[in-house]
Amino acid sequence: MSGKTLYDKLWESHLVKNQDDGTSLIYIDLHFLHEVTSPQAFEGLRIAGRRPWRADANMATPDHNVPTTTDERSRGVEGIIDPVSKIQVKSLDSNCLEFGIDEFEIDDPRHGIVHVIGPEQGRTLPGMTIVCGDSHTSTHGALGALAHGIGTSEVEHVLATQCLVQKKAKNMLVSVNGQLKPGITAKDVVLAIIGHIGTAGGTGYTIEFGGDAIRSLSVEGRMTVCNMAIEAGARAGIVAVDEKTIDYVKGRPFAPKGELWNQAEAAWRALVSDEGAEFDAVVNLEAADIVPQVSWGTSPEMVAPVNGYVPNPADLTNESKRNNYQQALKYMGLEAGTAIKDIMLDRVFIGSCTNSRIEDLRAAAAVVKGRKVADNIKEALVVPGSGLVKAQAELEGLDKIFTEAGLQWREPGCSMCLAMNADQLGEGEHCASTSNRNFEGRQGFGGRTHLVSPAMAAAAAVHGHFVDVREIEL
Amino acid sequence: MKKFISEDGLVLPLDRSNVDTDYIIPKQFLKSIKRTGFGKNLFDEARYLDKGLPDADCSDRPINPDFVMNQARYAGVSILLARENFGCGSSREHAPWALDDYGFRCVIAPSYADIFFNNCVKNGILLIVLEENIIEKLFADTFQNEGYRLAVDLPSQTITTPDGEKIPFEIEDSRKNILLNGLDDISMTLQNEQDIQGFEASWKQKSPWLFSRIN
Ligand code: SF4
Repeated sequence: MSGKTLYDKLWESHLVKNQDDGTSLIYIDLHFLHEVTSPQAFEGLRIAGRRPWRADANMATPDHNVPTTTDERSRGVEGIIDPVSKIQVKSLDSNCLEFGIDEFEIDDPRHGIVHVIGPEQGRTLPGMTIVCGDSHTSTHGALGALAHGIGTSEVEHVLATQCLVQKKAKNMLVSVNGQLKPGITAKDVVLAIIGHIGTAGGTGYTIEFGGDAIRSLSVEGRMTVCNMAIEAGARAGIVAVDEKTIDYVKGRPFAPKGELWNQAEAAWRALVSDEGAEFDAVVNLEAADIVPQVSWGTSPEMVAPVNGYVPNPADLTNESKRNNYQQALKYMGLEAGTAIKDIMLDRVFIGSCTNSRIEDLRAAAAVVKGRKVADNIKEALVVPGSGLVKAQAELEGLDKIFTEAGLQWREPGCSMCLAMNADQLGEGEHCASTSNRNFEGRQGFGGRTHLVSPAMAAAAAVHGHFVDVREIEL
Repeated sequence: MKKFISEDGLVLPLDRSNVDTDYIIPKQFLKSIKRTGFGKNLFDEARYLDKGLPDADCSDRPINPDFVMNQARYAGVSILLARENFGCGSSREHAPWALDDYGFRCVIAPSYADIFFNNCVKNGILLIVLEENIIEKLFADTFQNEGYRLAVDLPSQTITTPDGEKIPFEIEDSRKNILLNGLDDISMTLQNEQDIQGFEASWKQKSPWLFSRIN
């Protein structure tokens, strides 16, 4: 008999039962909640007179909609100027209170983007099943957990039953072989993967990311990769547990301690795909071929190497794809054949659950240190992923490096990743962004997003256009 | 939950692949804490020429005449014809809520994003997957014939065209059952209460650290 994949193991260990109609009931260990996708679910519970099945398996924080200026944040929830946002954040507070759910409120020092604080607090543990009403829940797979996004009806379902009705996905292995060249980051890896398999390439699969290049990434880097599994169409991305995973979790506030730790650690070490496990699909990439990536279009698969050019739709034979490219170029205001390095920028955003952890900020700070933001950049934001990331960065003096270079240092939250708060692009503005989605209007009405790594965004801030970060002296 | 049994309605051809949930309903409308009222902001950025604000009255906003849904011949549509990977991006259930609120009961496309698919079932919207070449023909027929309608019938899993041609489609039994009967899936799951409790007890033995409160 062939071995099991990590996904098979996680699935089987959480299988409550297979149902007659071909679906399965899967037990959920941890459920994250935020203010945008939960109010209607809590309302549903209230209407039906239901209580959470296991309140302690939930954890909430407001992140999508919160302001990021220090001034607005200094007055807590009452300080939120936008009345609609304020209602939403307050609803989360009152719902958590009513249903007995732990929340890191907006003024808690541990507050932050839900996918940053989960691992940071040790709430996210290897071997768990984790869901959240947010598609980037896939981030937590970096720790060997099975984690994916759900809709609001499913949020209500998990609250009420601690289970999810699911069909098992297929297994895909994306193996990045060999070693990355200097200056190439996790973000470049995942953008290259999406460019290779397409935004629907992983649909119906759980992707396990493996190979030497993935192994050699830090746990934070693996989070960046798993974060964007959803951009490749997969609901979940996972990385097998290794020494780095264990070291990462150890000592975190909510991680097990003492004898429980020993038991847990022993169990976690088995969270790898067995040798000879069969995958339904295998994709191989050579790490040495990956160069810094920049997205030029309105879908995360529309990426090019920094030394490349905006493609010409006329070169495509598939008509639907050609139309797609044409629509993208029109929206982006770009001509086919333009060098990526010639794209002039208006704003820079360093943040989001993809790239707002301490390593990301260090990488960006190393590039801007002693330099100045270019004149044509109207605004460059650095938004740490959590209050603790912010505190750590300040301890290391990164905030000074950023502000001296002319970037703004903000309070944690999703910010311009989806621009639900005041941090938005203006119409037609081009932005180098470390976030995960470049859809039309994602960062503001008519805004034009280019997805890049933190170091590339920082270099773009300094030069006012894209440059190859490998050519910058650090 | 809302049922879906059959729908005989006008077809809107949305000729665009990878339509994402930001395109279906932009984020500023996600600030609502309700499930209804999103229809007026469906496809907001494509549909209007100005920037949409939450709670704004849409009746006097400038309309984008080039956007297909704004053409008079597509007034009253209830079936959406779309391209591959429809509904990709965020998990926001506001996307199916907006489609439903506008009056769409059914979507026909070559493929959908996973989370969006589940979210639609939970809202009584039928998603039909057809092969590219059939989709291509439906687009052509819809564009060519004003007032083009399709009759979708879930029990028999067929779509009937105006010429009487029958196009069969596949759907998983579990989803068909939920849609036909408008089942409340929380109640359905809670019928397994003992199984869940049993699982939980043994899982707690195996993985006690998942159940101990540290902080
Ligand atoms: S940072 Fe962006 S992608 Fe991440 S949870 Fe927030 S809005 Fe979603």
